[in-house]
Amino acid sequence: MKWSEFFVTGEPLIYAADVAIVLTMVGIVFVLTYFKKWKWLWNEWLTTVDHKKIGVMYIICAVLMLFRGGVDALLMRAQLTAPNMKFLDAQHYNEIFTTHGTIMILFMAMPFIIGLMNIVVPLQIGARDVAFPYLNALSFWLFFFGALLFNISFVIGGSPDAGWTAYFPLAGNEFSHGVGNNYYAVALQISGIGTLMTGINFLVTILKMRAPGMTLMRMPMFTWTILITCVLIIFAFPVLTVALALMTFDRIFGTQFFTMANGGMSMLWANLFWIWGHPEVYIVILPSFGIFSEVVSTFAQKRLFGYKAMVGSIVGIAFLSFIVWVHHFFTMGAGPAVNSAFSITTMAIAIPTGVKIFNWLFTIRKGKIRFTTAMLWSLAFIPNFVIGGVTGVMLAMAAADYQYHNSYFLIAHFHYVLIAGTVFACFAGLHYWYPKMFGHILNERLGKWTFWLFMIGFNICFFPMYFLGLMGMTRRMYTYSADLGWTPLNVVATVGAALMGIGFIVLCYNIYYSARYGERDMTGDPWNGRTLEWATASPPVHYNFPVTPVVEDLDAYWVMKKKYGGFQVKEEDLKPIHMPSNSGRPFWMSVAFFVAGFGLVFKWFALAIVGALFIVLGLILRSFEDDDGYYIPVDEIKRMERAARKGA
Amino acid sequence: MGANDHHESFPWKHIIGFLLSLVLTFAALWAALSSGLPLKTVIVIIVVFAVIQASLQLFMFMHVTESDSGRIQTFNMAYSFFIAVVVVAGSIWVMQFVL
Repeated sequence: MKWSEFFVTGEPLIYAADVAIVLTMVGIVFVLTYFKKWKWLWNEWLTTVDHKKIGVMYIICAVLMLFRGGVDALLMRAQLTAPNMKFLDAQHYNEIFTTHGTIMILFMAMPFIIGLMNIVVPLQIGARDVAFPYLNALSFWLFFFGALLFNISFVIGGSPDAGWTAYFPLAGNEFSHGVGNNYYAVALQISGIGTLMTGINFLVTILKMRAPGMTLMRMPMFTWTILITCVLIIFAFPVLTVALALMTFDRIFGTQFFTMANGGMSMLWANLFWIWGHPEVYIVILPSFGIFSEVVSTFAQKRLFGYKAMVGSIVGIAFLSFIVWVHHFFTMGAGPAVNSAFSITTMAIAIPTGVKIFNWLFTIRKGKIRFTTAMLWSLAFIPNFVIGGVTGVMLAMAAADYQYHNSYFLIAHFHYVLIAGTVFACFAGLHYWYPKMFGHILNERLGKWTFWLFMIGFNICFFPMYFLGLMGMTRRMYTYSADLGWTPLNVVATVGAALMGIGFIVLCYNIYYSARYGERDMTGDPWNGRTLEWATASPPVHYNFPVTPVVEDLDAYWVMKKKYGGFQVKEEDLKPIHMPSNSGRPFWMSVAFFVAGFGLVFKWFALAIVGALFIVLGLILRSFEDDDGYYIPVDEIKRMERAARKGA
Repeated sequence: MGANDHHESFPWKHIIGFLLSLVLTFAALWAALSSGLPLKTVIVIIVVFAVIQASLQLFMFMHVTESDSGRIQTFNMAYSFFIAVVVVAGSIWVMQFVL
């Protein structure tokens, strides 16, 4: 292989990206060396098993990936603004919509949600960490290096270009040469293993580590949604694992599972992909429902309306999510019996979702609403998500879907559910829990600017796409002719996308501004919260709770405040706290995964084997490790509690 | 905790489970590659071996009988079974038109 094939060449945009990447790396190395922070980085972050720090790292990655995926989106909008644009060529456009989709779902939405659940769930259930802290670190680093492997594809070797769904036969060797789709198969596999382990970890955490008194039906709604999400992860991700493994065999070792020739079944890939893919969209939407439930109930200052119905509808949605997958390919030709069955199950999902919408509305009813930024995102979610949901029911009608399929109508639909659902929830959750993560509040004024810019921009960008779809504009076309009459609506959509971009810049400025000048949260409970995470200091001491709280009812902390004036800790009740030790192994094992993955992508098998050997070495070392963690003595706890509560 | 906590002198259960798993895996491989049986028979054999191995692992490695949360275990396995049926039977039904 020549160097000119190894590095992507010939595009000025790529050269600019090369320069930017090199400068950023030099900058990071310089800053870490200049401020002597290498040791700090290793001890405090790279080896940490603290769920709160791991959560923060997830969210930092998610915001970076939101930037990357957002730039992809803006490039696509720029290309589509006017007919016959020459800004991107067809191949480059294919690569950009592929990476946009994959990154936004798997490396932005997923880590954002997983980051929030890492930070919040142990706090909400009154635990000191997750059930398997070491595994949690491994999950994060596998996600991190999977994302890194996927992202370097655009400067080294070439990006995947067969769509985020990577349908065969297009994604197979017959039609996609080069290493782009190898990156897709291997990088998703690595981060997928991490996600699967997160699912198991949090399922056990929630089932086994709840504070005394917290029965299942006293769990906060966010924790409930995470519990069900974990079940979805555990049952859905193995399907992706297998499908990706078969894809890897096809692409790298020449097997014929999904090929056109030799008895391969290319359409089976679509089938397997969506058996995972449909639960996957619920994996990112159910936690969002949980976030909205927490925010709405806190800022309407009322107990959540219809708690039991909420729980029931989450379980119902999760159950239905496994029996609807064919609605992603009604037009493939499975026939009326199959299509009708899956059409009905799909429409049935609207029922539990509708129940939830009404429960939020009734929670707001007669509440003393505080219009904070987090609450604005939650309120905006309801009408916007309903637009996405109703058009989803339209798409669910198999016969009508032959008209809508793969048109911009579909594009508009899933952006209305994924942005108004998941992205709004991530922003709501970020504003809501930010003081818990960093000890200061995100500036509300700037937050509201972000909200209005992004929310209005979102509607300007995606609402016209429904009509573009009905006018015949299909998905993934890189240009169009002037006489089709699509130009005005495309111009409008691009303006909306630009507004969303500006909203994101304001958010980034807000993070910087609030770190410097933001209001410090000395109370630990800036929003008059209802659940146990607000009983800790902001940010919480690394053991979270000096003594394990006792739960008496739903909204545990609210009840504590009403009955006892807060979370009361008597110094004589303190006992030594058992905590897990840090470990560098999750980090270097994930580096080994990265090396092995890189070797597989380029079919450099010697390198892949070296990486694999280090993975096995890590597993062996862990098996013989005899580290039961350490105890924090009572005097140390007293000292740390006083330091954390100073000024409270 | 409880039953899983004590250490046996030698993990016989695991060794036997591991060896039986290896035997079942290689038997399936042999059936597929060099037994010369008709395709349908081979598929049936592989599926039977897979089910035996899955249950073997549940007892030998996963301590399914030792847990104190029996209801959760039963529910988990019932749901896993349901999902497996949905995935396998569902896929066969959906892909019938190209088979």
